[in-house]
Formats: sequence, structure tokens, C-alpha cells
Amino acid sequence: MYRYDFYDHRFVAERVAQFRDQTRRFLAGELTEDEFRPLRLQNGLYIQKYAPMLRVAIPYGLLSSAQLRKLAHIGRKYDRGYGHFTTRQNIQFNWPRLEDVPDILAELATVEMHAIQTSGNCVRNITADHFAGVAGDEIVDPRPYCELFRQWSTFHPEFAYLPRKFKIAVCGSAIDRAATLVHDIGVQAVRNGAGEIGFRVLVGGGQGRTPIIGHVIREFLPRAEVLNYLDAILRVYNRFGRRDNLFKARIKILVKEMTPAIFARHVEAEWERIKDGPATVPDEEIARLASSFVSPPYERLSGDDAGFRAAMADNRAFANWAKRNVFPHKVPGYAVVTLSLKKTGVPPGDAASDQMDTVADLADEYSFGELRVSHEQNLIFTDVRQSTLLALWGELKALGFATPNIGLLTDIICCPGGDFCSLANAKSIPIAEAIQRRFDDLDYLHDIGELELNISGCMNACGHHHVGNIGVLGVDKNGAEWYQVSIGGDQGEHASLGKVIGPSFAAGEMPDVVSRLIDVYIERRHEDERFVDTVRRIGIEPFKERVYAAAH
Amino acid sequence: MPRLIKDGAIVDDRWTLLREAAVLGDVPAVGAVIVPLALWRMEWGALLARGDVGVWLEPEDDPDALAADIGALPLIAIDFPKFSDGRGYSTARLLREKHKFIGELRAIGDVLRDQLYYMRQCGFNAFAVRSDRNLEDALKGLGDFSDTYQATAARPVPLFRRRAPSAAEPAG
Repeated sequence: MYRYDFYDHRFVAERVAQFRDQTRRFLAGELTEDEFRPLRLQNGLYIQKYAPMLRVAIPYGLLSSAQLRKLAHIGRKYDRGYGHFTTRQNIQFNWPRLEDVPDILAELATVEMHAIQTSGNCVRNITADHFAGVAGDEIVDPRPYCELFRQWSTFHPEFAYLPRKFKIAVCGSAIDRAATLVHDIGVQAVRNGAGEIGFRVLVGGGQGRTPIIGHVIREFLPRAEVLNYLDAILRVYNRFGRRDNLFKARIKILVKEMTPAIFARHVEAEWERIKDGPATVPDEEIARLASSFVSPPYERLSGDDAGFRAAMADNRAFANWAKRNVFPHKVPGYAVVTLSLKKTGVPPGDAASDQMDTVADLADEYSFGELRVSHEQNLIFTDVRQSTLLALWGELKALGFATPNIGLLTDIICCPGGDFCSLANAKSIPIAEAIQRRFDDLDYLHDIGELELNISGCMNACGHHHVGNIGVLGVDKNGAEWYQVSIGGDQGEHASLGKVIGPSFAAGEMPDVVSRLIDVYIERRHEDERFVDTVRRIGIEPFKERVYAAAH
Repeated sequence: MPRLIKDGAIVDDRWTLLREAAVLGDVPAVGAVIVPLALWRMEWGALLARGDVGVWLEPEDDPDALAADIGALPLIAIDFPKFSDGRGYSTARLLREKHKFIGELRAIGDVLRDQLYYMRQCGFNAFAVRSDRNLEDALKGLGDFSDTYQATAARPVPLFRRRAPSAAEPAG
């Protein structure tokens, strides 16, 4: 992974010193709450319902075991012994004291981590495919470009006070596992006719209050021009994005109001002016960054491991886990393993400090000391020998991270919701748990097959409900918590937004509502048809009829 | 005389900012003044003739409007009605990098210590810090960081073109 050099260390050290002084001045009354707010937000610090919340960046989801141990330590020393992995590949601590935050940032700096721009109206953590570098369908490893973008976005002096937050996702594969269609900017690696690597650039996608699928504004951008082009997009947005209404301030509204074609014309005109300028990225810089992401020293293995195949045949529980939680690796004899943070009864994405320490040890033993965080809020070991999968499974079971549900109904994406977040209209974690309890029969769960169920506690959509095959949105009706259900959403390269099926439900009705949706699917599905494909084929009416016929 | 930060030092400010001037009659007969863009556009001939006139821009003003006058203007100011409105940062870069403005580029309005470093990088060299704040304290804001990753108006060569190969220490 990328290692800091002198400059990176100095940037982060100077940031810690800057924020330490800002915190001191705030506590001394020299900075008002309004003046301090954007400063603390750009260091990941929210003032939440019960206490501050600190969001720490995990750039493009990549972590070393040493970094994970540091996160475990921070959870133990400054929080209540756990952390929450988010849908943007970050981690949040829910109980730190404001006074302690500069010390936490200083501790993070010792392992080359920070909380820079994890909140606020600026360019946020760059997110990427959690299988980057090991997926067989990869056109290019996106990680060097993610690091390039991380450095470009870090303390970008022009774009620290944008109209609203700004999220960029990067995908290097044919299959889009980074949700690039629902980001402010989506960057997709492509090859042109000459075999050169470049990027397809999408703008104006997003979830939140006004969900929109992004528009392609450039089919092929030469890779050397990528920072010039990002500068051009951000400059147009910074100058013309709406600042009169918080709810219309995202770039998607500007793109919609201007039309994508006119927006693209502004960007292209600005790019024309600055292209080939000093921010053009030389091949040597891309090579320098790429040298940080070389493959680990894989053993030469002939192919599928015989012991692994035998265990698959003999051990049904292991086979169930391997079928759901193990992904093929581009190198023979290796596998990619997802650690499920979706055990029923545990808030999705939560991990205790002790669990993090054990995961760090397992990463050292089984996967070259590195791991990933996915935007589905799970952890991933990317480089596990097949011959060690059975042993690893045993360790993960003991840890509670071996629930065989990756990509299934109970692998719920869920925001912290009303239990923690001051923005939320409704709780989300108890809804996730009630649904997980309803579908605790593993055979039934596996028979239902691939299904993404996403829950957000408010229309900010941190739980990605718009792109859930089943999406649940917490709403407030006269002070009571209700839940609106949509179906047919999907992430990935065929991303679509779910359609609301009708009036919202009380919390207690939610497991029944999901059961009825699943009943219709089971009755109507064609062989090997996923839930979302059935919805696309037959429409939402049959689902709607069943749910409301029974409910009212 | 009021004071401000210019080129890294605290100096006297001899310019008078005319926020409300709408017609020539609103402009004092003598002394250096900074007039609104609207007045400049109407009366640029007369204003240019008297010399010692600068122009200030609102966040939504298009810097292209000054393209023809760039060489004649000794000072352009950009207003920050709220420090959290970041349009002025782009305006500043466009004036410096697109229009090659080399005169004094001044931040006015809600100008505070914690934004000065980024403003400097975008091309501002003068900061009329809000009058209720301590200038010596604000001056420290210019030193928050010792470098930038990006190509900026103040440092046109991005770090990746200056970085010593596998730098444990910077070159030179």
C-alpha cells in the first residue's frame, strides 16, 4: 500500500498542529461556534446527539494491520471499545471528547492516517472498488489513481468551501463495485482503441434527497489530464453551484438545471484553457504511485487447492460460507474473503476493539497484513491461500465475522440512524435487526439468493436506500417514526433507483412487509432470476398489491 | 489609518473601500478608492483618468468582466460576505492564472485567520482581516502549512513535479 514520505508526514503533522490550535481557540472563546464548525467538520468531527462523532478516513478502503490495531486502540482509549465502519469506507467513533480529538489525530498520524475532509463542504474521502488489484475483470488497478486523487484533494485551497459536500468514486473494472453512477463524480477506467488507459467521467449522480444517476460528460479522458479535468469540474461547480438552498446545493442539481450538455460545455471550455498545464500528470508520477501497489509475494500454486475442494464437499457449513463470502482471485490457488460485519443482533458495520485486534492478527497470518473496508460495511482479506480457508473460517466463526450472508438479504447496508445521528428522522439499526431475525433460516436465506436491502434513517441516504433492491427510508410523521419502502434499486454498472411502493409503515410492520415482498418474488421468479430482475420484469404492482392487501 | 496584512506583513491601508458607491458623485475627490464593479463598468473612463482606483467584486461577479482592464488596475478586491462562501477562491485563481493579474489582490469582508493560507494559495496577497480580529494573530494563519500538493496560483508547480524520488527528506 502507499507509504507516506517526508512530505505526506509533514502535511499531516501540520494539520494536527493547526487543529490543536483551532480547538484551543474555540474552547477559549476566540472562535465562535459558526467559525469553528467548518474547521472541525473538515477534520471529521461532528457534534452528535449524545457526544461528538469522529469520522476517520480510510482512503479508498485500504488498511494495514498496524493501522487497524491503532483504530482498535483509539476505540478502547477514547471511545467505548468499538468503531463503526461506514458506507463510504471510513470508520466512525461515536463517543470521543472534543478536547481529546487533537490527540486522536496525532495518534492516527503515527500510522499514516487522518480525518482530513471526512466531512464538510469539500472533496471527501475517495472511494474505490474493494477488490481493486485482485479482481479478474480489472482493466487497471484503480489504487494509484485513488492515491493521486487523495493528494490532489487534500487541502485543495480552491475547493475547501464548496456549495456542498463532494464525493468521488473510482472504478477500474468492467463490473462497477464502487457505485460510480451515484457519486458527484464517477471515474471509470477505460481503454481506447489504441489500448491507452484513460477515464470515462460521470458527473451529477447522487443519492440523498434528489437521487439521480450520473451523466457521462466525457467518454475518454487521457489519464495525464485527469487532475486538470477534475479542477475544471470543481471550478465550474464552485462558481455556479447553488448556495441559496442547502437542499439544492449538490452538483447534481447544477447539472440538472444547466442540463448535462451545457454543464459539460463549461467544463470542456475550462479544461481547454488549463490542459497540458503544470497539473498534467507525468507518467513518472503514475509509475511512482503504482510502485506502492505491487502484488504481494504470492506463492506459485497450480490451481484450485485439493484440500479446499474436499472441505467444500464434506462440510456443508463451510461450503455455505465459502459460496457466499469467498470471491475468486486472479491468482491461482488464492481467494478473496469477506468478513461479514452483519451478524444478527450487532449493528451493521460495528466492530469491537478486541475484534479489530484479532482481525489485524488474522490479516498478518492469512493475507499479507492488509485488509479492505467495503462500502457494504464489511471487511475483506484480499490475498488468502485456498489451502488456509478452512482454518481461517474457524477463526472468523469464533470472532462472529463468518455469517455466510454476503450479498444476501441479511447483509444489510444501514446507517447509524436515530440511535446516534442527529440528522436522522427514524431509527435504522432496530429495523435491520428485526429483518435479520425474520430471515434467520439459512437455507431460506440462500434460496432467496442475491438481494441487497439498504436502510437509511433519513433522506440524506447514508444507508444507500435508493439503490437497494429493497430500500427502506425512515421518515417522520408528526413526530412518529415511519418507514417508506422502495423496490427495484440497484448499484453497479446497471444502477437504477428504486420506486416507492406506497404509504409508509410502522416499525413493527417492517419484517412482514419484507416477507410479503419476498413471497411474491419466490412465487413469480424465473429460474436463476435475482429479486431485482423479477421486479424489473413484472414491475412493482404485484408486490404493492400483496403488501397493501395484507396490511390494510 | 486602518491596517491590513499585505505580502506577509502588517501595513497601513491607504485605500478606502466604497461599498455603496453607485455614481461618480459618491466617490471622494481625492485618495485611493476601491469601487464596486457596477460603477467601474459605467464610469471606467473617468475613474481610470483619476488613477488610484481599484475595483471590488462580489462572489457572483465574473472576473472576465475585468479582462480588458487588468493591466491598468493596481488593485482588485474580492468580497467574502460569509467566510464559508468559497466562490472568491476561484475568482482569485482566474484573475491570477487566466487574466495574469499582477497587482494587489485583496480579500475583503468576512476574512479570518483560518482561511488565509488557502486564500494565499489562490493568489490573494492582501487580507483586510475583519476589524474585530487581531492582525498579529491572523498573520499566523499564513504559516499553517509549508507546502501544497496541488498546482496553485502561489505555487504553480505541483508537488509531484518537485518531489524528490522516494523522498525521506526533501531535495535541496
